[in-house]
Amino acid sequence: MTVDHSDAPSAGGPILKFQGVGKRFPGVIALNDVSFEIGRGEGHVLLGENGAGKSTLINLLGGVFQPDSGSIWFDGAPYKPASPLEAFAKGIRVVHQELNLLSNLTVAENLLFEQLPSRRGLVNFREMNRRAAELLAEVGLDIAPSTLVSRLGVAQMQLIEIAKALAHESKLLVLDEPTATLTNREVDRLFEILHRLKGRGVTTLYISHRLQEIYEVGDSVTVLRDGQHVTTRPLKGLGIPDIVRLMVGRTVEDQGVFRDDIHPTGEALAVSGLKLTADCAPIDFAVAKGEIVGIAGLVGSGRTEAVRAIFGADPKAAGSIRVNGKAVEISSPKEAVAAGICLMTEDRKQQGLLLEMSCAENITVTDLKRLSRHGLLDRGAENAAATDLVASLRVKTPTIFQKVGTFSGGNQQKIVIAKWLYRGSEALICDEPTRGIDVGAKAEIYELLGRLAADGKGILVVSSDLPELMAICHRILVFSGGRIAGEVTRAEFDQNRILSLAYEEYGRARGN
Amino acid sequence: MPEGTERAEERKATSSVWDNLLRISMREAGVAIALVIIVLFFSATAPYFATPENFLKIFVQIAINTVLAAGMTFVILTGGIDLSVGSVLALCTVVGATIMVNEDMSPWLSIPLAFVACTATGAICGAINGWVCEKWKVPSFIVTLGMLNVASGLARVVSDNSTITGLPQSFVDFGNEIYFGVFPSIFLIAILVILIGWFVLRFTVFGRFVFAIGTNEEAVRLSGHNPRVFKIAVFTISGLTAGIAAMVYLLRLNVGSPIAGIGYELNAIAAVIIGGTSLSGGKGSIVGTLVGACILQVLSTGLQLLGAEDNVKPIVIGTVIVLAVVLDTYRNRLLRILETK
Repeated sequence: MTVDHSDAPSAGGPILKFQGVGKRFPGVIALNDVSFEIGRGEGHVLLGENGAGKSTLINLLGGVFQPDSGSIWFDGAPYKPASPLEAFAKGIRVVHQELNLLSNLTVAENLLFEQLPSRRGLVNFREMNRRAAELLAEVGLDIAPSTLVSRLGVAQMQLIEIAKALAHESKLLVLDEPTATLTNREVDRLFEILHRLKGRGVTTLYISHRLQEIYEVGDSVTVLRDGQHVTTRPLKGLGIPDIVRLMVGRTVEDQGVFRDDIHPTGEALAVSGLKLTADCAPIDFAVAKGEIVGIAGLVGSGRTEAVRAIFGADPKAAGSIRVNGKAVEISSPKEAVAAGICLMTEDRKQQGLLLEMSCAENITVTDLKRLSRHGLLDRGAENAAATDLVASLRVKTPTIFQKVGTFSGGNQQKIVIAKWLYRGSEALICDEPTRGIDVGAKAEIYELLGRLAADGKGILVVSSDLPELMAICHRILVFSGGRIAGEVTRAEFDQNRILSLAYEEYGRARGN
Repeated sequence: MPEGTERAEERKATSSVWDNLLRISMREAGVAIALVIIVLFFSATAPYFATPENFLKIFVQIAINTVLAAGMTFVILTGGIDLSVGSVLALCTVVGATIMVNEDMSPWLSIPLAFVACTATGAICGAINGWVCEKWKVPSFIVTLGMLNVASGLARVVSDNSTITGLPQSFVDFGNEIYFGVFPSIFLIAILVILIGWFVLRFTVFGRFVFAIGTNEEAVRLSGHNPRVFKIAVFTISGLTAGIAAMVYLLRLNVGSPIAGIGYELNAIAAVIIGGTSLSGGKGSIVGTLVGACILQVLSTGLQLLGAEDNVKPIVIGTVIVLAVVLDTYRNRLLRILETK
């Protein structure tokens, strides 16, 4: 591979320059002697596996942390922001992966929070809502500015974050995994916005785990690995396999993820007549033992709502559920777990894990009865069970006593899987199992799901990542507008077909 | 803080002995060190502070607050608060005293009966607190504020608005008993309560759930458990310890009074917080609570012996409460720096 700088943008010198930047955290060197430049007005893509140092780098730019060594130059001057506010004032705008919205305020208030339009200290609501409506239109969100943020879905919140960044003119816009929760339509809209910004001369630093999309936004790419700078080069002529090789230092095989040696039999989980509200269409489907069934659909199509209702996490209006052919009554997660169903939630940190507690404690929390006699915990048994699972799932941790809050996304997801393996669930429902985790860890999760299917578990995978579903599933159910719009079997897998099913309800709503 | 100490020991030793020593002392023993420093300070400056008589007095005075704070620790670890313990204590003292002053009963019967009635009354009040909180999803701050008034009113009704005196002599004598020269009986009761609490939090499934719920209640629910049961249980425990504290009150002051316990809930909360338990739940220890209760009382007694005016004492103690929490954030920061090494 030759490094070719010939067509790198060069108008007015680089806008951002890292010189030997280093940053350490407890137990890890997050960034080590990183040096590279970003050209003015270019779309720059930052890549690397989880733990490669991307987030740290962004946090340095956003003024969240300060580097321990080296220096950063922005717009020709040394750049040392002491706070996010200072970074913002200098013209760097960071849209973090974690959503930072004030959920009890309205959309408009969130969008313009940094500078609420006011007259003599009183908020000018009319002006605020007018400007908010403009911003919402720009990101293509069809919601009232006066909606409370707490009523929005994750994807909508993500778009609000992006709209918020657009509220103020900036020189460098940093987007950390903006598409992790977005559907294709929303992603397209985001790219449109980015192209428009580029036309205005705004530089973007873009981070994503979805490698297919970086070609749409990027002119050049920087790859980090284990806190080290690997390369900075034009994106042109670089294929996805090349990029993956640069990121992981080895090739990840996308082929062969699907286990065609498994022949699903019987019935692990069956759902019939499920209704979330009294007047919606019923949902019926079944998952066989050894089968991996995907649920595709736009965010807001009722995918997450349906699986949460099956698990008893949210109430349902009607419907019956069978596990291993036996009818079970489920009105709470407790009953679902007892029946052998588990749910790996979409939001690992908020709903799946006890971040401040240890790896072992997180794994065994699903079944402490097994570890106890007369209410007393057997820590020896707990540690043994946790050690086994950590080893068999290849969780990277020095000890099982490490707090899971310090883990990378991929390892956290493995802990979520481990806790349900520990419980011995029969039907596994995984909501966005690979959201925000890196390529290498994704492959491991797929392999793991295949292993579980081979063990005769029924697996239901909800995902916004269509290629992912097509790689691992026997069948895909497509949700649209709160109902199952169609079912596609492996032999008939076709992106366009699945997408058109997913958009079905949306198209109809637009048509009316 | 033993809940953490063991975990720290389980961790791999990664740096020098000195670093580890410093780290452990920062993380687990910060509050205890503060207590030692305060004791040394008053021993050096305040006349009569470092005498057995004075320590005896301090031990007598911390017993009630320690018992209340032990139950409060459970509630705060799950992220709740119990403002009702002071007036539940008052209610329990009049219930217990009313039973014990009944001269038709032998003390051998009336004293155990009073104990059962006290703890049952407290536990019922606590269970109602927890149940209302969980049934209607009302913040515990509000529910227990309500119970504070309800229990106080009930105490007046039960006692007919008067203090109840004339407890059996054997009961009064036990309350005055001193073991090993400096340990009053009521202090040993308080220590016993702390030990039981420590055991429950450290070694039982229930204790694990207390921490887990305080850390992330939704994750516990979605792991297939019913957090409500545990949350009602911690309020019941807090009520139960208020009942035990009422017996300690009767042992110490020998009167049941509907106006006992005013403001006790705030002292209990202060002890828990100074002891390093986080108000948002999930982090803390009951041994820390004991140390917190000691710090409060040592300060109070020490200042008095130094000749500080009664009006000055609350100013100092109030400052210390806030300072303890401020120092805690610095301690955490320093810990993080140590772990970077």
